[in-house]
Amino acid sequence: MSNRIVRIANGQGFWGDSIEAPVQLVEGGGIDYLTLDYLAEVTMSIMQRQKEKNPEAGYARDFVELIDRILPQLMEKNIKVIANAGGVNSPAAAKALLKVAEKHNISGLKIGIIVGDDILYSIDDLQAKGATFANMENGENFSDIKDKVKSANVYIGAEPIAKALDMGAHIVLAGRVTDPALALGPMIHEFGWKMDDFHRLAMGTLAGHITECGAQCTGGNYSRWWDIKDYAGIGYPVIEIEESGEFVITKQKGTGGIVNLMSISEQLLYEMGDPNNYISPDVVVDFTGVKIKEDGENRVKAMDVNGIEPTEFYKVSLSYFAGYKASGQLTVSGPRALDKAKLVAEIIWERLKRAGYSFEETSTEFLGVSPCDMEHPPKEFEVNGIVLRLGVRDEDRDKVVRFSKEIAPVITSGPPGITGFAGGRPKPQEIIAYWPALIPKTLIKTSVHIVEEK
Amino acid sequence: MKTVKLYDIAHARSGDKGPNSNTGVIFYKKSDYEFVKSQLTTEKIKAHFGGIVRGEIIKYELPNLNALNFILKDSLGGGGSESLINDAQGKTHGQMMLMMDVEIEE
Repeated sequence: MSNRIVRIANGQGFWGDSIEAPVQLVEGGGIDYLTLDYLAEVTMSIMQRQKEKNPEAGYARDFVELIDRILPQLMEKNIKVIANAGGVNSPAAAKALLKVAEKHNISGLKIGIIVGDDILYSIDDLQAKGATFANMENGENFSDIKDKVKSANVYIGAEPIAKALDMGAHIVLAGRVTDPALALGPMIHEFGWKMDDFHRLAMGTLAGHITECGAQCTGGNYSRWWDIKDYAGIGYPVIEIEESGEFVITKQKGTGGIVNLMSISEQLLYEMGDPNNYISPDVVVDFTGVKIKEDGENRVKAMDVNGIEPTEFYKVSLSYFAGYKASGQLTVSGPRALDKAKLVAEIIWERLKRAGYSFEETSTEFLGVSPCDMEHPPKEFEVNGIVLRLGVRDEDRDKVVRFSKEIAPVITSGPPGITGFAGGRPKPQEIIAYWPALIPKTLIKTSVHIVEEK
Repeated sequence: MKTVKLYDIAHARSGDKGPNSNTGVIFYKKSDYEFVKSQLTTEKIKAHFGGIVRGEIIKYELPNLNALNFILKDSLGGGGSESLINDAQGKTHGQMMLMMDVEIEE
C-alpha cells in the first residue's frame, strides 16, 4: 500500500459562491484536483429555459469565464478540474471551453463530459418502464404536477467522473451529480478503489461532504466567529487523502479562516438527516462511527467511517412551476416599534381585504425581534427599529401584482416614521418548486465522452 | 445546578433539507454532552422555536462527536423558492437553538 497523497480542493461551494476562491487555490498551488459546484435546485429549470431558446446554452457560463482566467496555470501545474457546470448541456459547455483553449493557444485539452442525468424528455418513457416519480417527502402523486415540470435530473454518483479521468480528461463536466461525488470521483480514479469497497467509498464521501460547501469547513458559518482571523482572505478547503481512505482536511498556507475540530464537526452535521444512514448513490455512510482529531495547525484528520451497499435507487430532482410570489419590506422606527409594525401589517392586510383580495398564502414577519421566530418575541423586548416583511403567494399573477402596490401607501397613510421603500414595488417572482423522487438505478444509463480539438 | 445558555457549553450549525431544517449541536465537553443531552427534548425545542416548527422534531445522537442532530420538520415555510419567509433555508435555526436555557452541574 502506497502512502501517496492526493490533494483535492473545493473552490466553489454553491451557485453564487466567491469567483476569486478557485483562482486563489490554483495560484496557491500544491493541489491535484479542483472541484466546483455550480448547481442549485432552481438552476436546472433556468438552464432548461435557456437551452430551449438557444441550443448552445444551458450550462454555467461563469465556469467558462473562470477557465479563461486559470487554464494556462491548470495546464502548467497539472491541476484537473471537476465541475457540475455542464448543467443541462455539457456538450455546449465543452465547445465553449475548446474556444477558450484556442484563445490561449493550448492544444491537446481533453474535456470529459458525463450525460444521462437529464431525463426531462424521457419522463413518459420512464413511467412506462415503471418509474412512479411519487414525491419521496410526502408521497404525493406525480400526476398532480406532471404538466408543470420544468426540469428533471438524476443525482448520479462518482463512477462516471472516475471513468472520465481514466480516459484522460483534464476537465470533467457533469450535470447533476451528488456534491461529494465531485471529490470521490478523482479518489476512485487515483487509487483504483473498487465500487464495492464501501469503507473507502464512505471515507471519500465523508471528505467530499465536509468540503462540498467550500469555506463552511474552514471558518465560514462558524459558531465562534470572534475567533476567526482574516475572514476576508478565508482559505477554501483542501483534502489530502491516502489510498487507505484516511484523510486530512486543511487549507493553503497564508490564508484566513480556521480548520479545527469545531469547524469540521459543524460541517459534518450540515444538512444531515439520519446520521446512521447518509444515502448517496455510491454508498450508505454511517457518520456515528467517524473519529476526527487535530493533526497540527489548521489540519484535522478523519478515520474509521463505515459504509454499506447503496440502495437500488437514484434520487431524482424535479422542478415545476408553482405560481407566483412577492415579498416587500418596510422599516418601522421609533418608540413601541414592534407594536407599530404589527399595526402597519394589519392595515395593509385589511386594505387588501377591503379591495376584495385574498391569497393562497401570506406571511408577516418582524425582523430584528428574534433570529427566526418573529411572531413570538421575548416579553422584555424593546428596540427602536423593526423591519416588517410581508409576502404573498398565489397562482394568479395579477393578485400578486396588486399586493405589491399596497405596501408604499402606508408610509403616508399610517403611523409615523416608516421608511425603507427605496427599492420600489416588489416584483412578482415565478415559483419553481422542488419535487424529489426515487427511480430504480436500472432505468438510468449514464455515459462518458471525451471532447477534444479536432 | 446552575442555568446557562446552550451557547456557553456548545456550538451549532443548521441548514435545510427540503421543507425541513436540521441543527447539529456539538458540546465542547463530553461531560456536558452526557449531562445535558436528555434535557434537550423535542417538546422543549418545539416550544423554544414557537410557531416556526410546524411538524415533528426528530433527535439523533452522535456520541463520537459529543453531538446531537435535530430534524425540525416543516420549519421553512415550505422551503426553497416556494417559501415566503425570510429564512427559507434554516440558516438561523442553529443560532436560535444556542439561545436555549439548560442546567449544568456546578
